Amino acid sequence: MTTYLDHAATTPLRPEVAVAMAEVHTTPLGNPTGSHPPAQRARRLLEEARDEVASFLGRDPGDIVFTSGGTEAANLAVLGTVEAARCGRGEAVLLCSAVEHPAVRESARAAAHDGADSRVLPVDRSGVLDLDALARTLTSRCTLVAVMTANNETGVVQPLGDVIDAVRRRAPQAFVFTDAVQAAPYLDLAEVAAAADLVSLSAHKVGGPVGTGALAVGPRVALAARQHGGGQERERRSGTQDVAGAVGLATALRLVAAERAEGAPRVAALRDRLRRGLLSSLPDARATVPDDVAVLPGHLHLCLRGVEREELLVALGQEGVCVSGGSSCASGALEPSHVLAAMGVAPELAAGAVRFTLGYGTTEADVDRALAAVPGVVDALRRRA
Amino acid sequence: MRVLVAMSGGVDSSVAAALLVEQGHDVVGATLKLWGGPSDSGCCSVADVDDARRVAQQLGIAHHVFNLTEEFDRNVVTPYVGEHARGRTPNPCIECNRSMKFDRLLRRAERLGFDRLATGHHARVTGETARRLRRGADAAKDQSYVLSILDQDTLGRVLFPVGDMTKDEVRARARRLGLRTADKPDSQDVCFIGSAEGRQGFLSRRMELHAGEVVDGEGRPAGTVEAVELVTVGQRRGMGHGSDGQRRYVTRVDVASRRVTVGGAADALRASVLLPEASLTWVEGPLVPGARAVAQVSAHGRPVPCSLEHDDAGLRVRFDSPQRPVAPGQTVALYDALDPDAVVGAGIAA
Repeated sequence: MTTYLDHAATTPLRPEVAVAMAEVHTTPLGNPTGSHPPAQRARRLLEEARDEVASFLGRDPGDIVFTSGGTEAANLAVLGTVEAARCGRGEAVLLCSAVEHPAVRESARAAAHDGADSRVLPVDRSGVLDLDALARTLTSRCTLVAVMTANNETGVVQPLGDVIDAVRRRAPQAFVFTDAVQAAPYLDLAEVAAAADLVSLSAHKVGGPVGTGALAVGPRVALAARQHGGGQERERRSGTQDVAGAVGLATALRLVAAERAEGAPRVAALRDRLRRGLLSSLPDARATVPDDVAVLPGHLHLCLRGVEREELLVALGQEGVCVSGGSSCASGALEPSHVLAAMGVAPELAAGAVRFTLGYGTTEADVDRALAAVPGVVDALRRRA
Repeated sequence: MRVLVAMSGGVDSSVAAALLVEQGHDVVGATLKLWGGPSDSGCCSVADVDDARRVAQQLGIAHHVFNLTEEFDRNVVTPYVGEHARGRTPNPCIECNRSMKFDRLLRRAERLGFDRLATGHHARVTGETARRLRRGADAAKDQSYVLSILDQDTLGRVLFPVGDMTKDEVRARARRLGLRTADKPDSQDVCFIGSAEGRQGFLSRRMELHAGEVVDGEGRPAGTVEAVELVTVGQRRGMGHGSDGQRRYVTRVDVASRRVTVGGAADALRASVLLPEASLTWVEGPLVPGARAVAQVSAHGRPVPCSLEHDDAGLRVRFDSPQRPVAPGQTVALYDALDPDAVVGAGIAA
């Protein structure tokens, strides 16, 4: 029996999405750039999907660029604005929060390698962006400020509205990019992120297919393409569009939006029960994020003293409980978490970090099984130490 | 039994895993990520992890990657650099076996509920109560030397499934099973040192290397070396010839005064080597002074008959006939004089 509590890594494809994607290919599909009927049909499906993505984000359809996923969207946002700034003003200044996903962090690193001035914005011990530090760092030279909507490891929701206000006030020329990949299943991005200049999404975090994402690019954003070719997506991202993927993303977002009002509180209640149960049954367990900090409904991040997360993940996996411990490197090995380091979590606590992430498919029975299995597994690891 | 098999991505550990599966054990594979820096050989590259994972998939077993880079640096690489800084010649593969595979990984396996840890080493364990560590069946591939630091307790917790096979048999088995590692070349040298930069390039990034003078037995100048820390006692390469036209050997390395002393072949021979007490490990129990043994001073060195003598600082290994010197820092494995396939213990040359 598998108890899947790793929805932030990827959440199962929704059956309705699979059906919608399969229907795309029931009749021959043309290339959306063509003129014959199959091409016209492809273009119609693509633009209908774009309309839905735009509506989900509360933006104009012309803002939406389909990509191969959240990582490409983040690369395009960071490197595309940096390159445009360097071609224009001759310099680029990049501010990124210390807890950004590697898609953003490594893009910023690549930009810095190419000469951009890249700076890191600290977070407090709860993982929330330090707004004072942001205010101090913003200047009229800033090109892009990247602050994720919510963190992938801890689920901490960032004060994006305050970030945007500060940028508009102190660095009105700068663009705000928010990686909304983790937030998309639960937050109303049309409200939360509508004022951001750039917003990235990934389909497989909302029950859509892996391999599709989107970047919303506001009308005033100067963006240089990173991928060159036939000039698709208004010359912002060349390459024949993946129509079925776009339909999958749009369908998943529609389902999530319809389910959110009822589903998010239900998931949060399940998560709270898991949190209470684990904290009471696990001696030395510490919730990484304090109670009073806004966290996504599905996230529960714990640090277990005296347990090594690599062992915990393997041992829990053997019991059918699927959780995660942070980012992996190219070989598949776990890497020390830059998020926990930025929060100042002591290394001996971070060594036992574990992330449970629930999803819309999570049931009471899943929580029951996790509560039944985890304490025994942790106890066995500690006892044999 | 539940067995965790350490899979490096090489053919030996691939076949070890396959044999355990065939024997009906509940097998899980694990690959250690030990080195984060550049490397082109050994067990740490992404390509090797991919090979190990793919073999595990072919065998239908789970596979995990364990990131032990920090501890590897602390327990193996840093001491390796430190030993060189003192002019000694360490053996990092033995330290890795001691502190990583047969300690860190073994304890992890047991915490995860595994009954045994298996590796692809060419060695054998015999006996149930008094366990003996024996040479692998393939004399040319025998790895008992690098395992000679294992004790009785550890030998009872490990398996070496390919120890009874020759390398050819291992490769043939891998080919028959269609494993992608069947024809992969054997790993060479130290896994964390890339062939492009070499030992000197690697060490120069981690420590200061100093040029040194070379003198003969009478203290007369006899050349220079680029890095005195990289010269090994017994070394012949780069030392040229003496006035008598004979090849010269390093007889002494003094890092503090940055001086290398050379001599003729006869000067370079040693009758004995001292193994300090703290470096000694025994498979079953200590041999007493006066005992006979067979010494091996490198991974594929020729076994040399010897006697053991008491020394205030530890154990003195007296060779039956004088030998090229054992570089300080090198491990000396001792085998049973009456049963020369069996390891009795090991120590590190003073």
